[in-house]
Amino acid sequence: MTAAASALPRRWHRFSLSERILRSCFYLLAAVAVIWSIKTIEIIPEFLQDAPAQTADLFARMWPIDWSWYKSGVHAALIETLHTATLGTILAVLLASLVALLAARNVTRSVILNTIARFILVATRSVHAMVWALFFVAVFGPGALAGTLAIAVHSIGFTGKLLSEAIEEAKTGPIEALTAAGATKLSILAKGYWPQVKPAFLGVAIFRWDINIRESAVLGLVGGGGLGMALEAALENLYWDRVGLVLIIIFGIVIAAEILTTWLRSRII
Amino acid sequence: MDASVRSAKSANDSAGHALELRNLSKEYRAGIQVLKNISLKFAGRGIAAIIGPSGTGKSTLIRCINRLTDPTSGEILFMGTDLAQLKGRRLREARRKIGMVFQEYNLVERLSVIENVLCGRLGYLPAWRAWLRRFPAKDIERAFSLLDSVGLGDFANERADRLSGGQRQRVGIARALMQDPNLVLADEPTSSLDPKTSVEIMELIARQAAAQGIPVIVNIHNVELAKRYADRVIGMSKGEVVFDGPPKALEHSHLLQIYGGEGWLE
Amino acid sequence: MAGVSDVPAPSPARRAFPPNWPLRIGLVALALYVFYASSILNITWARFVEGFGHGGRFLSRMFPPNFAADKLALLYSGMFESLQIAILATVFGILFSVPLGLAAARNLSFAPLAWFTRGLIALLRSFHPVILAILFVKAVGFGALAGVLALIVASMGFLSKLIAEAAEEISMKQMEAIRATGAPFLSVLVIAVAPQIMPRFIGFSAYQLDSNLRNSALVGLVGGGGIGATLFTAFQRFDYDFVLTIVLAIIFTVTVGEILSGWMRRLFQ
Repeated sequence: MTAAASALPRRWHRFSLSERILRSCFYLLAAVAVIWSIKTIEIIPEFLQDAPAQTADLFARMWPIDWSWYKSGVHAALIETLHTATLGTILAVLLASLVALLAARNVTRSVILNTIARFILVATRSVHAMVWALFFVAVFGPGALAGTLAIAVHSIGFTGKLLSEAIEEAKTGPIEALTAAGATKLSILAKGYWPQVKPAFLGVAIFRWDINIRESAVLGLVGGGGLGMALEAALENLYWDRVGLVLIIIFGIVIAAEILTTWLRSRII
Repeated sequence: MDASVRSAKSANDSAGHALELRNLSKEYRAGIQVLKNISLKFAGRGIAAIIGPSGTGKSTLIRCINRLTDPTSGEILFMGTDLAQLKGRRLREARRKIGMVFQEYNLVERLSVIENVLCGRLGYLPAWRAWLRRFPAKDIERAFSLLDSVGLGDFANERADRLSGGQRQRVGIARALMQDPNLVLADEPTSSLDPKTSVEIMELIARQAAAQGIPVIVNIHNVELAKRYADRVIGMSKGEVVFDGPPKALEHSHLLQIYGGEGWLE
Repeated sequence: MAGVSDVPAPSPARRAFPPNWPLRIGLVALALYVFYASSILNITWARFVEGFGHGGRFLSRMFPPNFAADKLALLYSGMFESLQIAILATVFGILFSVPLGLAAARNLSFAPLAWFTRGLIALLRSFHPVILAILFVKAVGFGALAGVLALIVASMGFLSKLIAEAAEEISMKQMEAIRATGAPFLSVLVIAVAPQIMPRFIGFSAYQLDSNLRNSALVGLVGGGGIGATLFTAFQRFDYDFVLTIVLAIIFTVTVGEILSGWMRRLFQ
């Protein structure tokens, strides 16, 4: 009979012992991190109690929206933001292409150059566009030039990383054929790599432009020009009805940019 | 429990029937009836096979029984209640007693085989226990013995997506039996399998149904398999029952009527 | 000439291809746009050259980075606060995003709720973390809490959209089978939906932790606490050598964070 076998209840565990230990460690670590954060983070109770009243006040002051300010205070800033984002993206794509070529191990066969290029990609991406804007404002003074450069430099990391991955994924067949035919380095890039990475290149550029529209709208808060400058002006003077107007404009262009890029990507790719 | 209950003939008039359908109709689009006033009684034991061409409402009929599809009108009498009227918690409680086997097995691919079998008990557990996989020890023990009985005892900790089609369907059957059901519905359980595996799966369903005394309603494409394993054959055509009787009584003329041609020969 | 384009000729490969007129016209249009936008943004070569002069002085004041003890104490307290902001924002962001994302998935939720939630998510997503931080600073006052709340909202916008997309791609058959066993809805979510979206969910969550770490340097610029506040103060005091220290620390932390989140991803997949 199987009585002896069935008398011994079989144990079942979802994970193996080592998996369970690792997971428990992770959960413990996460719990400790959260508790530590909650305990030590500075929260002023009076501010917290005041929050609902302050929030209500915020919305009350925003309403009615000061639409009349658009013509004199916002329109030029909006145009500036759109150009900042676009010009910044163009510049970023140019710079990122160069860095991406240096970072791609199949194009640049030098570990030192690859590593330097990769460091540039990580460093530009880790430092936010706003922080870059602080730098460029210190160097070039406040205005759209600083904003454009901030957008361009910060975008190098993201754009370059995706581009270098696309270049590394390129098939070797056409490249070898061109090399065998004695083509120059430039024509190998133009005729061997370019057709293969073109869809990824356009896709990344469009995607980045969408992100940069959002970014460039706030750069003005630190002097980078555009809508952020208008927002800063309204905030300084506590004109919340004007703040409301700028927020609505930002919301509008972000949504419009998202719709436009979705449409563009569906057409191009 | 006497032998006469098992015979297909007495099934229809047996008082202890497991399920009764009364005037069941289903329209997916208004005016187009997929099921036309189906009335059937199912005995407390044995296999009833529903045959018929595809698109004839076999699947809809079976899915109406446990309300994966909602019938437009009619009654579904099961364990003394009309399933067609149930909602929410009461419906879930009724579903716990109806096991279901699917054409494409419908296992949760990323879970292990034993977890898939244990899914059969989910109706009896609160969600947090399901989340932490805190199944009662006796359920785990039963899941292992069911896996043994479907021949997959050694696969308990494999991930479901590593199994072959036939093995997956065995897990599907074990999951249905894990519910300790009063009725098993099988919706084309062999249609995704090769002929040899199909026979094995039907063999398994028949053996388990007989051993545990559970009535089975099975949709099946293959007339030969239906004749071989079923105690009762129900032929459907265009949303209506056109034949209902023991497999022996099923003649060529009936098949012509059901399939409207020679299509059943495959 | 066009006939040999398939076979690389020994002559330079370039001639084997017909000129690509759309590309050429596109490049000319792009160049024209760059000139036009530059003039709108008042970006001139003179300013650029002038800036480079500033840039030289600026860079010389940044080197060497300042590692004085009092500065390091400021750096640590700012960095720890940023870390706390990132941890809390990620944990609570994930907690709130799961129900929001599932409610927005059209196959799990019912239509009115799904549409309402999708609208809400679009609204949350369209605001930059900095703008959210400004609003929360008004609501709960200066400090880390405003930063945490801003990043929670930003995380919700990002994560719940991705959760909704992942949930909409699951196999409904697996779900149906679990439903047929009489399992309650929450069990169906836990057993049939969760395993299907888990790999992607872990991927986004790890990414969100990285992203919150980067963004926590950002919210401080507008009063949301953390290293951003330290950085902004250093900029205002022209403490450029300390600025460089902070920026290096941010790059280091973000890089370590990316490595850690990579480990986390591997542990759970």
